[in-house]
Amino acid sequence: MSATFLGMPGDFPKNAARAVQDSQLRYNLRKATHTIRGKRAAVVDELPDWRELRAAGKAIKDETLRHLDRYLVQLEEAVTRAGGHVHWARDAAEANRVVAGLVKATGETEVVKVKSMATQEIGLNEALAAEGITAYETDLAELIVQLGDDFPSHILVPAIHRNRAEIREIFLDRMGDAPPGLTDEPAALAEAARLHLRERFLRSKVAVSGANFMIAETGTLVVLESEGNGRMCLTLPETLISVVGIEKLLPTWRDLEVFLQLLPRSSTGERMNPYTSTWTGSAEGQDFHLVLLDNGRTDVLADEVGRQALRCIRCSACLNVCPVYERAGGHAYGSVYPGPIGAILTPQLRGMSSELDASLPYASSLCGACYDVCPVAIDIPEVLVDLRAKAPHGAAERAGMRVAGWILDDQTRLAKAQRAAGRLRRLVPRRLPGPLSAWTDTRDLPEIPEESFRDWWEREG
Amino acid sequence: MRVALFITCVNDTLFPGTGKAVVSLLRRLGCDVDFPAAQTCCGQMHVNTGYRDEGVRLARHFTEVFAGYDAVVAPSGSCAAMVREQYPKLVRPGSRGAAAIAEVAPRVHELSEFLVDVLKVEDVGAYFPHRVTYHPTCHSLRGLRLGDRPTRLLEKVRGLELVPLPAAQECCGFGGTFAVKNPAVSAAMGADKVRNVLDTGAEVLCAADNSCLMHIGGTLSRQRTGIRVMHLAEILAATDEGTRP
Ligand code: SF4
Repeated sequence: MSATFLGMPGDFPKNAARAVQDSQLRYNLRKATHTIRGKRAAVVDELPDWRELRAAGKAIKDETLRHLDRYLVQLEEAVTRAGGHVHWARDAAEANRVVAGLVKATGETEVVKVKSMATQEIGLNEALAAEGITAYETDLAELIVQLGDDFPSHILVPAIHRNRAEIREIFLDRMGDAPPGLTDEPAALAEAARLHLRERFLRSKVAVSGANFMIAETGTLVVLESEGNGRMCLTLPETLISVVGIEKLLPTWRDLEVFLQLLPRSSTGERMNPYTSTWTGSAEGQDFHLVLLDNGRTDVLADEVGRQALRCIRCSACLNVCPVYERAGGHAYGSVYPGPIGAILTPQLRGMSSELDASLPYASSLCGACYDVCPVAIDIPEVLVDLRAKAPHGAAERAGMRVAGWILDDQTRLAKAQRAAGRLRRLVPRRLPGPLSAWTDTRDLPEIPEESFRDWWEREG
Repeated sequence: MRVALFITCVNDTLFPGTGKAVVSLLRRLGCDVDFPAAQTCCGQMHVNTGYRDEGVRLARHFTEVFAGYDAVVAPSGSCAAMVREQYPKLVRPGSRGAAAIAEVAPRVHELSEFLVDVLKVEDVGAYFPHRVTYHPTCHSLRGLRLGDRPTRLLEKVRGLELVPLPAAQECCGFGGTFAVKNPAVSAAMGADKVRNVLDTGAEVLCAADNSCLMHIGGTLSRQRTGIRVMHLAEILAATDEGTRP
């Protein structure tokens, strides 16, 4: 069973400071993110109409979000017409209760899972375990995380923080049926996982998935994946339960044209992903249940600046270009959503009452690399700055910023402060005390000039 | 041409040499430079740290001070980006504040934009016989989209050898208050930037923002690398006779 992020102690700066010390982790992350980053850049640059595609993706998502109520009802009708059952879940607890109830009704005690962010967000595996139901992850990286009792640290590659040697150890220790002579060759590891999982696919009567997209017009759900495990889970079991955030909607089948180009190129850096599965209701004779998850999303939708985060298609391109993510790692964000998107989504979904969540909007240098690569043009720096205005501020910082604001409000006060600094320049220590030591621990201070520019100008400009 | 200099609070207080260089350079190019003394700060630190009310007050002050000038020149990509990109988001569309911003913001130029786009010069007559590498700061690169304007200017400087900086477009880790709020990550980013600067073998690291240079330069100095940091304006102002205005 994989661990859950909820109630994780600490804050981002402390978590990140620990991660920065871990040279193996930094090497793994740097190598992995730079490789995907390069692949993405190559397949995006080759498209002459990428800007138009990006604008279309943004526009379609905005239109969907503007009329989300209408499209959701349309989806419900279409799914029901096709023989599926639709359940509405206000929060994580309600969604977990619905899924557990549905599994129990089948009489089964285990389910296979397709990689899904929504079920991780609500802690479904843990909730099912509490009801005596075992959930088996079938995505290779998710399996590694689950077997290792670990946290995911990347949206697309949840075990990005692990290298081959570590994965081999985990398999030998935890898998039960790993071949004793297992090497750390990628092919050998994948084969061991495949054999381990195959048996589960054939045995399991219930599957749980998420979805990348839901089509309101037809009631169709869409999953994009690389390994083929998803297709097995979606087709073999007698019962399929999909837990999907309400923002995953697209109005029409035609809209997929845009997103099937945007997503793989941004995500894995492929022109097209190996497997795209679509299904509509219970058309294939399967018993199909759709659990529509709110869990804070309607609150995000109500925020004029923050709502753009709901356009996210979870491609993880923003993680792969983020200099902060690259050094801090995914765990520092304390959420299934790490990196730049996590820094704007988690505080909106969970609020900012914990120290960790309140520190997330500050987990960015505002360099803007995330906004540049985002396939649906989410202005992440804009949302970060907006969240910072809503975040709780410490008393000392508040006092300091107020004084700075008071000085900067008026040219005479500013000039006086500059002259005072000029007079005291020789007294400034090489290492500053208190919170400002954060600057001088690794950097020298600039020399304070005797005379400010404005005084020079006054004298001889 | 009559030009208002927006010096920025950081340059005013800590880097007056950059301001003097801008004055010298613009006068050499025939501009009549004015320094509206009432100016203070664009408000970026307050807004980006989450103190919007203070920031909005400073933004209002800025628009009042610089209203009515044909051109406002700032030797900072970050502060120019604040005015042009972020000011409009601080006010309600259609409000009086929005109108005031729409009036002044398009006339605010970062130095290299002003030289290349408004004055239409690339060879500013500078002489600087040194090996230089250029770091395109994030707000210059992704905010203002300065592109190759700064390097086009540098390439025309007599005696200057421009060497490319590896991974130039990566953030240096300054990020305003980020540098003290997330010191570990900021320092790690700064260390990587410094390693790339060292790899170039340059004597001087140049940028269009002294705040980023303060962070990278502070790291270079702590590591005793001997590499100097210089604002773009200071290199462009340099001639055979020195840089004094
Ligand atoms: S915010 Fe944009 S870049 Fe980041 S995961 Fe979402 S869609 Fe991808």
